Amino acid sequence: MSNTYLTDTQIKIKRRNIAILFILGLLIITLFIVSMNTGFIRLSPIEVIKTLFGQGTDKQELILFEFRLPRIIISVLVGIGLAVSGCVLQGISRNALADPGILGINAGAGLAVMLFISFYPSTASVPVFLLPILAFSGAGITAIIIYTLSYKRNEGISPMRLILTGVAVAAGISSAMIVLTLRLSPEKYQFVATWLAGSIWGSNWKFVISLLPWVIVLVPIVYSKARTLNVLNLGDSRATGLGTSIEKERRILLAAAVGLAGASVSVSGGIGFVGLIGPHLARQLVGSRNQFLIPASALAGGLLVLVADTIGRVILQPSEIPAGIVVAVIGAPYFLYLLSRLKD
Amino acid sequence: MVNSTETSSNIDNNLEYNKRARPIIGILVLLIGLMALIISIGLSISFGAADIKLATVWNAVLNFNPDITSHQIIREIRLPRVLGAAMVGACFAVAGALMQGMTRNPLADSGLLGLNAGAAFMLALCFAFFPGLPYMYLIMYSFLGAGLGVVIVYGVGSMSRNGLTPMRLVLAGAAVSALLGALSEGIALYFRIGQDLAFWYAGGVSGTKWINLQIMSPWIIVAMIGAIILSKSITLLSLGEEVSIGLGQNVKTIKLFGMIIVLILAGAAVSVVGAVGFVGLIVPHLTRFIVGHDYRWIIPCSIVIGGLLVVLADLAARMINPPYETPIGALISLIGVPFFLYLARKGGKEI
Repeated sequence: MSNTYLTDTQIKIKRRNIAILFILGLLIITLFIVSMNTGFIRLSPIEVIKTLFGQGTDKQELILFEFRLPRIIISVLVGIGLAVSGCVLQGISRNALADPGILGINAGAGLAVMLFISFYPSTASVPVFLLPILAFSGAGITAIIIYTLSYKRNEGISPMRLILTGVAVAAGISSAMIVLTLRLSPEKYQFVATWLAGSIWGSNWKFVISLLPWVIVLVPIVYSKARTLNVLNLGDSRATGLGTSIEKERRILLAAAVGLAGASVSVSGGIGFVGLIGPHLARQLVGSRNQFLIPASALAGGLLVLVADTIGRVILQPSEIPAGIVVAVIGAPYFLYLLSRLKD
Repeated sequence: MVNSTETSSNIDNNLEYNKRARPIIGILVLLIGLMALIISIGLSISFGAADIKLATVWNAVLNFNPDITSHQIIREIRLPRVLGAAMVGACFAVAGALMQGMTRNPLADSGLLGLNAGAAFMLALCFAFFPGLPYMYLIMYSFLGAGLGVVIVYGVGSMSRNGLTPMRLVLAGAAVSALLGALSEGIALYFRIGQDLAFWYAGGVSGTKWINLQIMSPWIIVAMIGAIILSKSITLLSLGEEVSIGLGQNVKTIKLFGMIIVLILAGAAVSVVGAVGFVGLIVPHLTRFIVGHDYRWIIPCSIVIGGLLVVLADLAARMINPPYETPIGALISLIGVPFFLYLARKGGKEI
């Protein structure tokens, strides 16, 4: 049991983890091609490649660039955003059940959209570009409320208090939503319910552009804090002992998590389950060191939403099943399978 | 190494909490709570669409006269409803207390076992494929659904070699709930029955009949007694599994019985009123805050406080906007949320 042996295993683990990340990335690309080749109008892999290099027909270009590609990119981005956000929140709160929901992201966004719809005259002419903005502000405001309520001047934020406050605020918001639900007209209700179930409905480059900056900026920030997250996992007192200024780091990480989840939810509705399950799947694959966990969560989340959206789009043609529902239906059994197989 | 120090510091903390168990306050809570419960039951019967004097309520209960209309109203509508509310509140509260003790997770309540999601899933199936099913059947099916949820969670959780660790239980519960929730959401969207479901889900005790109470009460009473018998073991379990095993507890059996009790209590309550979930979360926290961390006190006090909370909430639900009823689940969250926030601020570190 000398030192070299240890480093050998470490190198092995590192290699294995890198291989896993690589495979996940490969799976996303494969799925991208599969997703192109399914649906109402199919594009074969060769056609996709041809069109990508500008050799396709006008019709193929239209389908690829205007419909499929933005939608696929959004799916992946949403998955990345939610899963990384969940990963951060589980790390900060040291609670395996934490997901963007504990910061009230889903509830806040949902309430904002529901309030707007209930006062808006008809569902036919809802301005689709307003919904993401509303949802994002709803999510942001709720997160700020939760943070303020769980902040104490001399102690800062304790993870436990944060979770309890989050649960309470989210419960309050959901009950307000239930009351609102009962007053909505059936067609308005259907609209809101579809939104809440979570679907990649905004398949448009504008949505890609509104989501992409968040992911590009915040995911690297989170990744650069991987070491801090590892330390925070040991508990507050130990983290302080190791020289981490907990409160500041926690605030940065929380803000990043809120930004990621809020931006994702605003485009996709409530695909909240990805934020819970993505990090757990990743943890089973690469272990709990955040240097690998964060990228693995991101890829697992992206893959999951992409699979779900593809299945939801194809299975009941021409109508669609919201991706949020498919995520839970395929994600949960797999998760349960992992849970029953593995030792802790 | 890391783990063992963490556990030992947990033990220290918990022993300190246990010293803070407060039997005198516990007795006071029980006495005052019971009195308040009786008074609020009386008030709840007397207020309503037709106002009835408290004296009449008294008479209707003690010397019932079938010729007087108000006696009829009390006997057939108000009394079962109020008793149902008290019963449901007590059930959710005790189930929540057991769950929090067994899983050592402050977020745990009976919903975590897949109960609510299972019941909702079964209801969605009923509404979609057998519309117009009688109320009694709906209750029966939703109890079956609740049971199904628990069996899946428990089965998956205990399939592995290490058995059912709290962490695994919590994760399995969350996953099964998400799965069943998504399925019922899908069914609701496809058959456009979401609003009907939401109404059921929002909870209401208005439909409670004597026959429901007759069917439920023996089970519930047995389960409550079981919970009180288990309470000492639950206290030990809440100190941590290792401690509990070290003190000679049969952890597996305790957990199995605990789960069965939770299933009976919460399953019955969910199937009658829908998911008034917040009671199970908040009442145990409240009682723990008042009487300390000994489950021998937490469980009886939870019975009383849970009952009181739902009776008052039901009363308020009828008074706010008569003759319409505000969904009781929403109302309880509305009262519960600020209070819970206060608790989270004050304590919020311990379980």
